[in-house]
Amino acid sequence: MPELPFRLERRAAPSRVMRVAAPLLAAAAMVVTGAVVFSALGQRPGAALYLFFIEPVTSMYGLGELCVKATPLLLCALGLALGFRANVWNIGAEGQLTLGAIVGGGVALFWGEALGLFAIPAVLIGGVLGGMAWAAIPAWLRTRFHTSEILVSLMLVYIAQLLLVYLLHGAWRDPEGFNYPQSKIFPDNTALPALAEGVRANIAAVIALILAAVSWIFASRTFAGYRMLVAGLAPSAAAYAGFSDKRNIWLALLLGGGAAGLAGVCEVAGPIGRLQLSISPGYGFAAIIVAFVGRLHPLGIVLASLLMSLLYLGGEAVQLSLQLPSAVTGLFQGTLLFYLLAADLFVGFRLKWVRRPAPAAAARRAAEVVSP
Amino acid sequence: MTSAHLIAIIVSTVIAATPLIYAALGELVVERSGVLNLGVEGMMLVGALTAFAVGHATGNLFIGYLAAMLASLALSLLFGFLTLTLQTNQVATGLALTLFGIGLSAFVGRTFAGLPITGLEPLSIPVISGLPIVGALFRFDWLVYLSIALYFAVDYFLRRTRAGLRLRAIGESPASAHALGQHVIRTRYLAVMFGGATSGIAGAYLSTALTPMWVEGMSAGRGWIALALVVFATWKPLRVLLGAYLFGGVTVLQLHAQGLGIDVPSEILSMLPYVATIVVLVLICRDPRTILLNQPASLGKSFHPDV
Repeated sequence: MPELPFRLERRAAPSRVMRVAAPLLAAAAMVVTGAVVFSALGQRPGAALYLFFIEPVTSMYGLGELCVKATPLLLCALGLALGFRANVWNIGAEGQLTLGAIVGGGVALFWGEALGLFAIPAVLIGGVLGGMAWAAIPAWLRTRFHTSEILVSLMLVYIAQLLLVYLLHGAWRDPEGFNYPQSKIFPDNTALPALAEGVRANIAAVIALILAAVSWIFASRTFAGYRMLVAGLAPSAAAYAGFSDKRNIWLALLLGGGAAGLAGVCEVAGPIGRLQLSISPGYGFAAIIVAFVGRLHPLGIVLASLLMSLLYLGGEAVQLSLQLPSAVTGLFQGTLLFYLLAADLFVGFRLKWVRRPAPAAAARRAAEVVSP
Repeated sequence: MTSAHLIAIIVSTVIAATPLIYAALGELVVERSGVLNLGVEGMMLVGALTAFAVGHATGNLFIGYLAAMLASLALSLLFGFLTLTLQTNQVATGLALTLFGIGLSAFVGRTFAGLPITGLEPLSIPVISGLPIVGALFRFDWLVYLSIALYFAVDYFLRRTRAGLRLRAIGESPASAHALGQHVIRTRYLAVMFGGATSGIAGAYLSTALTPMWVEGMSAGRGWIALALVVFATWKPLRVLLGAYLFGGVTVLQLHAQGLGIDVPSEILSMLPYVATIVVLVLICRDPRTILLNQPASLGKSFHPDV
């Protein structure tokens, strides 16, 4: 291990300033890294950064797109944050999102027209239930068989995606779709209404914001939220107080799965309008980063989801204008989380520079001690 | 089922199991030192891309493997610096490493998609490899043989050497080991680096031997399956080896389904490895004592002598 010129010293109390400053520091470090990456790719960093971070949101349409992509991120991250606070590591939001899209999409495809005015609520509820059902599997296995929810929820991501592939290649494929693996377009009465003329953002964004407020109330003003907080911060205290571990796990996973399912169904009943093979560019995984960058706090998560959405828009922008791979988005996402974790160190610790006295000075001091 | 069928299944099982063996044996050593690195999937992807890219550029797969080991080792050092020196949460940092590895490999790998590469050739053992039918069981590439050697080496290291005993002691109780003068952080760094290097080879095997090409996200959850294998194996090397072959068999089932007369849609068969992972986790974790008795006691917990 390298000998560092500083030592970590635990702060008497976690620094509140650093808790807020750490995500900002991390975002700043990510932008600097972005500049380095862009110049390494032979671009003028200033122009590329402008194109990536500013240009996408200079138009009304762009702001709408920012909402479109922030909505599923916000929904997934709100649910995940509830779990993370309680030490429940649901990392399978992507699978719960997929199942939400499948179930909600199935309602829209097969009963959409018959449901008339009730179609939209029915489709959304279908999505929520789909996500919840998928998250119930790791919850049940964890509470009944002590199985790691991390691994189970993640395995279910792959299973959900294969299930979608199976349906779209078989029973749910559009018969007039030239054998293309996608479903029929959903009936008109299931389409989520847009927020304004000419933008793709729809009422899902409003629902997500309302849920952010609800989740803030849940986490800070209800006993169930308090129990989950204690379980996360001090598991043994929670056990001593008689708070049920199982109830927390169920609650965290069901709420997280429901929110992710809602995100999925809002994608297919909103911007996409049908079931297709790719319904999410990894929103469920990016939401893990959103939850952390947002400090597991609803307000922070709203802001973090906008930042993460901007990373998607920026990736598309540099692909279109500079022919750079849009995968730069994923690179930025991972980098952001790394920087955040490193910056987080300063919430609980401060750096103390270790001054190593020169040998002569040390000897003199030793002599002083011996002969007062 | 003919014997040729059976042999074809065995051969493809062994090949499918090989990357799992590398990744899971590495993670086993990491976890025995008390560190949980959830970044295996990300390190595998970076290893897969690096081996492919360097192998493609130099025409020499061996250099590609070295580069893959170094690249994944560098990522594991990043993980080590964050979790061991800066004491960040191991679960969150491991997730970050996976997300970063997925993003990095997709970003850099864009130019390598669809390029050809000459895959790893099987070694031919004189006489035996030439035998009819059973000869196929002796025509593996050298990384297959090395994976079995690695099992013996890891098993010997953990059970029969002083350093292995120290590593296990550190995984059980870092505070006691530290009090006895052991270098907890240094040992954990070395374990994490070993895990990084083996993940690199595991990924490299995917892109140069199993399917000689680069596809974004080609590890398809194998890094996570390797993590599950370590739990399934109750942190014992032999069971990692056997578990990997079991999973290899499940993975290749869909390739042989038609020959075996199984008429199930391929998507459903492709779910099998993931379903099997969940099933074995349930079987192992059902009795909490199994985990309690076998899991390194300090797994996932930060330790630092200074604070």
